[in-house]
Amino acid sequence: MNLTKTPYKSYWIDVLVLVAVASLVAYVAYRVNTVLVYKWDWSFIPGYLFRWDEETQWYAPNLLMKGLFTTIRLAIWSIVLAAIIGFVMGVMRTSQRLFPRLLSLMYVELIRNIPPVVFIFVFYFFISSQITPILGLDDLTRDSSPVLLTVLDYLFGPPELLSNLVAGIICLALFEGAYVTEIVRAGIQAIPKGQVEAGMSVGLSRMQLMRYVILPQAIQRVLPPLASQFIILIKDSSIVSLISIQELTFLAMELATSTQRVFEVWVFVAGMYFVISYACAFWFSRLEKRMALHQS
Amino acid sequence: MSYNKISTETIILIEGVSKWFGDFQVLCNIDLTVKQGERVVVCGPSGSGKSTLIRCLNRLEEHQAGRIVVDGIELDHDTKRIHNVRCEVGMVFQQFNLFPHLTVLENCTLGPMRARRITKADAEQRAMEYLERVRIPEQAKKYPSALSGGQQQRVAIARSLCMEPRIMLFDEPTSALDPEMIKEVLDVMIDLAESGMTMICVTHEMGFARTVAHQMVFMDEGRIVESAPPEKFFSNPESERTKMFLSQILSH
Repeated sequence: MNLTKTPYKSYWIDVLVLVAVASLVAYVAYRVNTVLVYKWDWSFIPGYLFRWDEETQWYAPNLLMKGLFTTIRLAIWSIVLAAIIGFVMGVMRTSQRLFPRLLSLMYVELIRNIPPVVFIFVFYFFISSQITPILGLDDLTRDSSPVLLTVLDYLFGPPELLSNLVAGIICLALFEGAYVTEIVRAGIQAIPKGQVEAGMSVGLSRMQLMRYVILPQAIQRVLPPLASQFIILIKDSSIVSLISIQELTFLAMELATSTQRVFEVWVFVAGMYFVISYACAFWFSRLEKRMALHQS
Repeated sequence: MSYNKISTETIILIEGVSKWFGDFQVLCNIDLTVKQGERVVVCGPSGSGKSTLIRCLNRLEEHQAGRIVVDGIELDHDTKRIHNVRCEVGMVFQQFNLFPHLTVLENCTLGPMRARRITKADAEQRAMEYLERVRIPEQAKKYPSALSGGQQQRVAIARSLCMEPRIMLFDEPTSALDPEMIKEVLDVMIDLAESGMTMICVTHEMGFARTVAHQMVFMDEGRIVESAPPEKFFSNPESERTKMFLSQILSH
């Protein structure tokens, strides 16, 4: 193998690309300046991030921060639930028995072939009105102690919106769980047959084989596609604004309407989404590196 | 060494075993008995069904006709019995098949802890004993990927021995190794043979077979063509097919 670096030749392509990008940016800036004649005004944004609370004499989160927190809560709980659904369904998908395999297949195909928005409407209006009462969430928030309420408030946001948020979490998790299922299935099936045989030859049962031999290796393999699926989930969480869950997109819509500052609000909200998605990607790439340390 | 004591107790009984992959018959009416402490070397051209035969002995493959009795346990669809047989039968694979996400020590303790349900401390103590026996105790904390092929195969042998099996199966254990590593693995196997373990080896290492085997079995096209003690097998084989095979692999 040749270890010396190959000389860098085709530099004119880079120049071409740079020129193209620069002229596009210049053109857009020119159009915005001359044609749009838009007066940018960002000064109202901080006020909608935090407001001064007279009661506590301290800053309290305002619309945008509230929306961000709800989006983060929504994303975290949906990711946890989607991962659980995905792993259970993914293992079932590789089962030797027909029934679990069929069940998992039906779930995946049903979800994958319906647009997310349609799924969320169907699910929300026909199912969530049945499920959340069964979970008894309203009773929970009514009867529980102040300590529990504070804990719930940290984990799930304002109690009065709890059943609403839970419906959103279940919607998102069921939807993304189907994709996680497929990722997990691919990961399990990528484990060489020799691993299974070696495990069986030392007397492991099917369950033990899954738990101690196959899943640990599969998880490591599926970490990169899983990370991008979870980032998709964070961004897809904006869809549940359609069922009035007061997350970032929902509140941004309200803010854009009430302030008439449409561009500023949406550009700023785009930045907020970017920050949480990128943070998630960054965390996953670190996890991936750490898990890869002692592997070939 | 070929005259080591063999008990009269039959530990493996193979009777009229046949197996098909689709339309292709891999095993045709195989009969073979192995006594406790006996060492059998199975050889034959590739595709002769020798790997499939020993894989049937711990039910990695299912036989479709005939019966197999291992250590008094009849192999059928009963999962409990299959589990019991797998605990008594160790297997070493051509491709080692170590668990890459576990350290050498964890590779050795997984089976005993989960299938035999012994404590972690006992399992680790036992693992270290066997790692010493295969002469790599100093690698215990490493991951398999940090080891050479020969070392990995010795760990694989130790992993099987940790289950304290009564029978060891070897499926071409040196075929995937570089030449200079074959000897270290064969030495470990010879040690094991001296300890009186019942062994069935699929291998083309004829030097090893001559030293260790009580019984040579030659297979071709799913049948046992010839079965004889090594001194007769190598010097005076009966079948023409065996003669041809031996001349091909012993010529160089």
